[in-house]
Amino acid sequence: MSDSYLLPNGRVLRYTFRERLMHWVAGASYVYLMLTGLAFWSPWLYWLAFIFGGPTISRELHPWAGLIFVVAVVWMYRVWSAQMHTTENDKRWWRSVGHYVRNEDDEVPSEGRFNAGQKALFWGFFWCGIILLVTGLILWEPHWIPWNLRALRLIAVLVHPIAALLTIALFMIHVYMGTAVERGAFGSIIRGDVSRRWAKRYHRAWYEQISREVGPEDPASR
Amino acid sequence: MSQANLEIIRISAHPGTVPGAGFKRELEVAKLVDTTTCIGCKACEVACMEWNGLSFSDTTFQNSYQTMPETDWNFWNLIKFNEYEPEGGNLMLLMRKDQCMHCAEPGCLIACPADGAIVQYANGIVDFQQDACIGCGYCITGCPFNIPKFSPKSRKVFKCTLCADRVNEGLEPACIKACPTGCLHFGTKDEMTELAEARALQLREHSGFPNAGVYDPSGVGGTHVLYVLHDATNPEAYGGLPKDPWIPWTVRLWKYPLKWLGNLAMLGGGVGIFVHYLRYGPKTVEEEKEVPREGEQP
Repeated sequence: MSDSYLLPNGRVLRYTFRERLMHWVAGASYVYLMLTGLAFWSPWLYWLAFIFGGPTISRELHPWAGLIFVVAVVWMYRVWSAQMHTTENDKRWWRSVGHYVRNEDDEVPSEGRFNAGQKALFWGFFWCGIILLVTGLILWEPHWIPWNLRALRLIAVLVHPIAALLTIALFMIHVYMGTAVERGAFGSIIRGDVSRRWAKRYHRAWYEQISREVGPEDPASR
Repeated sequence: MSQANLEIIRISAHPGTVPGAGFKRELEVAKLVDTTTCIGCKACEVACMEWNGLSFSDTTFQNSYQTMPETDWNFWNLIKFNEYEPEGGNLMLLMRKDQCMHCAEPGCLIACPADGAIVQYANGIVDFQQDACIGCGYCITGCPFNIPKFSPKSRKVFKCTLCADRVNEGLEPACIKACPTGCLHFGTKDEMTELAEARALQLREHSGFPNAGVYDPSGVGGTHVLYVLHDATNPEAYGGLPKDPWIPWTVRLWKYPLKWLGNLAMLGGGVGIFVHYLRYGPKTVEEEKEVPREGEQP
């Protein structure tokens, strides 16, 4: 697989079709969950439920969309978790995160395929997804939980929105970084490829690794 | 069950003001249940079913007179029968008519996310509006009395309306009208409180119930259903009447501080992202010469 990362057209394959598909299954279901969830979160956002067919339909479909999201999260876990382990380099990256935020990328340690921030995003969504699944199952049908187990629902009504708010924070940063800040990142999750300069700039260690794997005699790798 | 002539003072999940709040002069009503004179005849159960046209369902036998274990979406008024042996006293059969307590601080209404699904009238009645209900069941979680019940058939939640439609026309609730012993009373909250206190005093001083008292729990702001109990220090004996009912703290935490913190964080995050973009803008990939593709001019 690694020898296919450098594409014949001189660009670099960042995300395979399978990765893009699972990302967008998660993305589409998450956006629906977030917007319908926000409708139930605040009376001032209740109108959001009407654009998805009304509050009752939103209430009925929200848990099912949650199941789709969880399937996508588990899928991502299977495909990506091995690449998401924290390394020593990631710790250095976090120490220089201020430079990263200020766009002083020359001061930031070069990162592999996923930088430490992306790894944090992945694990944040993974663990919040698990919490949202468990609390969401408790809240799904009111008559599933008998009165003597009502403590479960009392915990769930508090924990479900807390976990959801954490994912909204992750989501806002993720979308902002992926579209406005790192130009080219959005294209990579749509079409799959990035330019060599982009790969060198943001994921130099990864770029060097895939270049080495192709071999130095290949002029495309230089 | 919308009652157009009753003035609404509180609406669940409603942004902005409550239309007409404070416009009408209205007295708070209350139902008084004197458990010491209840004979457990269940006339109130039947009257409730009749007046509200509730559908029939199977009753369950569980070695007591009780019709079913708890109220249901189509059974809003249930007498709870409990055997109780006070220390040094004789065995008592406690009978308490269980229904919505119509709290002044209704946990159901506070927990509800659906605009207009639960309203509180100026007369104190808390009423569910099924046409606006989305069937999430958060009201069940917010209620300390286990009263709102989910109907799997209609996927809406139902409970006692205190016969808001009858009260609206100047009538007493159906259960009150049916009671043969006069253990049920209906009137203004002040009148009922006075009557209840007088009865409790009588029980304490003349009937050998030194702990007799009135149940009007302050944790939910007081209720619009009052009980006179033989032993007000042990309401749990009356089929699980909570001693100190309270809107659950997780519901309070979720609906007040967490909501404001979350909203501020989301707004602040949006503003922060915008300001970051103004200050730092996009990351730029430096204009480094790319390796010319084969056959291309550099």
